[in-house]
Amino acid sequence: MANTIKIAIAGEGGQGVQSIAQILAEAAYDEGKNALYIPNFGVEQRGGVSIAFLQISDGQIGAPRFIEADILIPLSPRAVKRTQMHAGKNTIYVYDNSLIAEGEVNDNIVGMQYFDVTPPCPTADEANSDQQGDIVAGETKTCSFTRPGPGVDPADIPEVKKVIAIPANDIAKNELHPRVFNVIVLGAIIAATDVLPLDSIKKALEKNLGSKFTANPKLRDMNYTALERGYNLVKKAM
Amino acid sequence: MQDFKMNDSLAPAMPKSWKVETKPHKFCPGCGHGIILKCLGEVIDELGIQDQMVFGCDIGCSLLSWDFFNVDTVQTHHGRTNPVIIGMKRANPELIVVGYMGDGGGYAIGSQHLFNAACRNEKITVILCNNCNYGMTGGQMAPTTLPGMKTETSPYGRDPIETGYPTKGPEMVAAVAPEGAYVARGTTANVRQLKGFIKKALENQMAGNGISFVECLAGCPTNWRTNAKQTWEFIEKDQANAFKVGELRVPEVKEG
Amino acid sequence: MAEVSLQGEQRVFMTGNEVVAWAAIAAKVDIMYGYPITPQNEIMHYWTRLAPKYGKKFLQTEDEISAGFTTIGGVLSGRKAFTATAGPGNVLMQESANMAEMMRIPIVYVIQQRGGPSTATVIYSQQETTLTCFGGNGEGHRAVYSTANHQELFDYTIKAFNTAWTYRFPTFILGDGYQAKMREPLTIYDPEEKGMKLVAPEVILGDTTPGKKSVNIRNTYNTEEELYEVVMKLQKDWEAMAEKIVEWDARGCEDADFVIVSHGVVSRAALAAYDQLRAAGKKVGVFRPITIRPFPEMQLREAIKGAKKVLVAESSYGQLLKMVQNALYGETVELVPFLKPGVGITSEEIIEEYSKL
Repeated sequence: MANTIKIAIAGEGGQGVQSIAQILAEAAYDEGKNALYIPNFGVEQRGGVSIAFLQISDGQIGAPRFIEADILIPLSPRAVKRTQMHAGKNTIYVYDNSLIAEGEVNDNIVGMQYFDVTPPCPTADEANSDQQGDIVAGETKTCSFTRPGPGVDPADIPEVKKVIAIPANDIAKNELHPRVFNVIVLGAIIAATDVLPLDSIKKALEKNLGSKFTANPKLRDMNYTALERGYNLVKKAM
Repeated sequence: MQDFKMNDSLAPAMPKSWKVETKPHKFCPGCGHGIILKCLGEVIDELGIQDQMVFGCDIGCSLLSWDFFNVDTVQTHHGRTNPVIIGMKRANPELIVVGYMGDGGGYAIGSQHLFNAACRNEKITVILCNNCNYGMTGGQMAPTTLPGMKTETSPYGRDPIETGYPTKGPEMVAAVAPEGAYVARGTTANVRQLKGFIKKALENQMAGNGISFVECLAGCPTNWRTNAKQTWEFIEKDQANAFKVGELRVPEVKEG
Repeated sequence: MAEVSLQGEQRVFMTGNEVVAWAAIAAKVDIMYGYPITPQNEIMHYWTRLAPKYGKKFLQTEDEISAGFTTIGGVLSGRKAFTATAGPGNVLMQESANMAEMMRIPIVYVIQQRGGPSTATVIYSQQETTLTCFGGNGEGHRAVYSTANHQELFDYTIKAFNTAWTYRFPTFILGDGYQAKMREPLTIYDPEEKGMKLVAPEVILGDTTPGKKSVNIRNTYNTEEELYEVVMKLQKDWEAMAEKIVEWDARGCEDADFVIVSHGVVSRAALAAYDQLRAAGKKVGVFRPITIRPFPEMQLREAIKGAKKVLVAESSYGQLLKMVQNALYGETVELVPFLKPGVGITSEEIIEEYSKL
């Protein structure tokens, strides 16, 4: 099997984990690579842990899911705990060490018959205009599913090849903008994998959000800044 | 809404018939199910029927109520809740059985069962949550979807010429059920009235009169993509205009 | 949705459900009937959005029983029609599939397997293999294609309509929740532009030519003897079809002493394991039935000839294994089951199983 990179991204529902994975997958595909992206399933979708499995390869890709990830990116303390089985001796581990705790969502919901819906924030007046749109015209209006807290317990971090901590959540909230949190993470992943050039993500962002960037050019700057911030954070640590 | 003072002491806000360990419940913020099940819970408490009751739920968001109550509960298959509780009631008439379902379980896949239960005047109580879409599976069209309403399988708006007008479930039950039936439509926008209907529905079963059916107009902001204000507008205006709220059938009062 | 069309060959990156919708359009299907059930809902979502542009029709029926029978209706009236379902919906679709078997109705079903039995999970399994091949009170006179990737999902969905309309047996595409939800690249195309023949549908009932002779069809018979003749004819025609449509994929079996047998998406993991083990010098082979009904029995017997052990890997408890045992009756090779009902199988796990033996 040709060189296949296995990337697993995990976070709280609403943090944009699936969006990140999707943009990455499309960027890889646009660069002429083979890519396979599958969202995680199970009951953990209503604001609970959301996991995305992404494989990028120059050749064929095998099963859609894998056990040991080459790059594992848990973005919340709960995601760190939940993804331990995907960490191995050769895994590069990038986690968010912001001082957050996940929202108190009991995600053991028996009976979910669907898994792509993050419920909208009931108090939001406007849609989050940079969330990936749904198939039906209509914007998702998600709440933040994290709040200030103790952050990741270092004891939960498994034995891996390399650990890199980035305070993506804090940077997004305090320096840039909460909505570009997942773009910071995107930049971080690119730096950690080295499988795609940074430009390919910029192209993918343009493709997905281009119309919004044209309407509000500051958005483009903000996104690119976030991307490069994440990229540089990890590049320095590697 | 609920009475905070009962017998001069501060009553708990959660009905006794609710299972505390499974709260907070798993319905979406703004969902109508929580409101309907609160009414039902209070009615169960007031009538004191917790121990004689069996609660059946369907597939769809009603499925999330499988561990909601401190009441024997069976989660069935889509549309098959009525047959299951009918089977129970006929085998053990002492039970008080409640079937809980959505617009799919009652008016689509379960419609043949609801219709026949009505014709046979089964001594069951059916409570149906009408939120004009199939919420759990991602917002597809339901029999009760309003004309022009966009859903995942009516992405350009429901065309009533192609797919008909919203199903009037209580009207159907009211039309075919024999004497002894109790049929009503309430709304989560008027909780006092809704609770009254649910109480009368259960009392109707306890009196052994016939079928009791209450449809409840409810919100689904997740799939309607509405915020709180828009959600209530939809329930109070759009739904109320399409579906008439009130009692449709009340059993004749038997003299002494 | 991306700007996708069927002009020329277009490389796209989409989910399996979207692929099915496009394949049906490519196959010039006229109408879809369906009912929501996860994980195949998006087939309807995409179909209803594409319908106006491509002049397609759709009805969401009241349940899967109706969806199956309305699709039969569409087919009888001489239009290409299909439906899609999963899990408990598949159970209900068997009623219509049954009738289609007896009456030789060219209906196409797309199945995206989920956990079973009953409501189970909405995620994935291979637990509808028996149901899709043999569900119903008959002999399973059907064609079932088990796809493993999006290119196949596209190609075989188109092929399913050709198979159905050529041989007049109900035809199934057996996918699963992983294939439905995952995104990977494929090339979509207009089959006729590529020189592929699309079998045209024919009116079975409802030829409105004035003065025509009426067609009366039924699925009921009076005597045992009569039924025997009917079913034996079904069997004969089915066997004739089986010869022509059976498909499989075998690699490295000629000198293998260990063969991995799997179908559908699990065969990707098997193939990846095969590549890795061969690269390490191990004499491993893979065998994959692409049509699981008809099952490539002869071809499997051939493939395992030199093997000492045959690993059967599936995400169900023995549904593929039964078919393998049936096919290999009389052979003495050791069958090693790797059965994980409702759970995905990775190449790492297959390699581990191999190392254990």
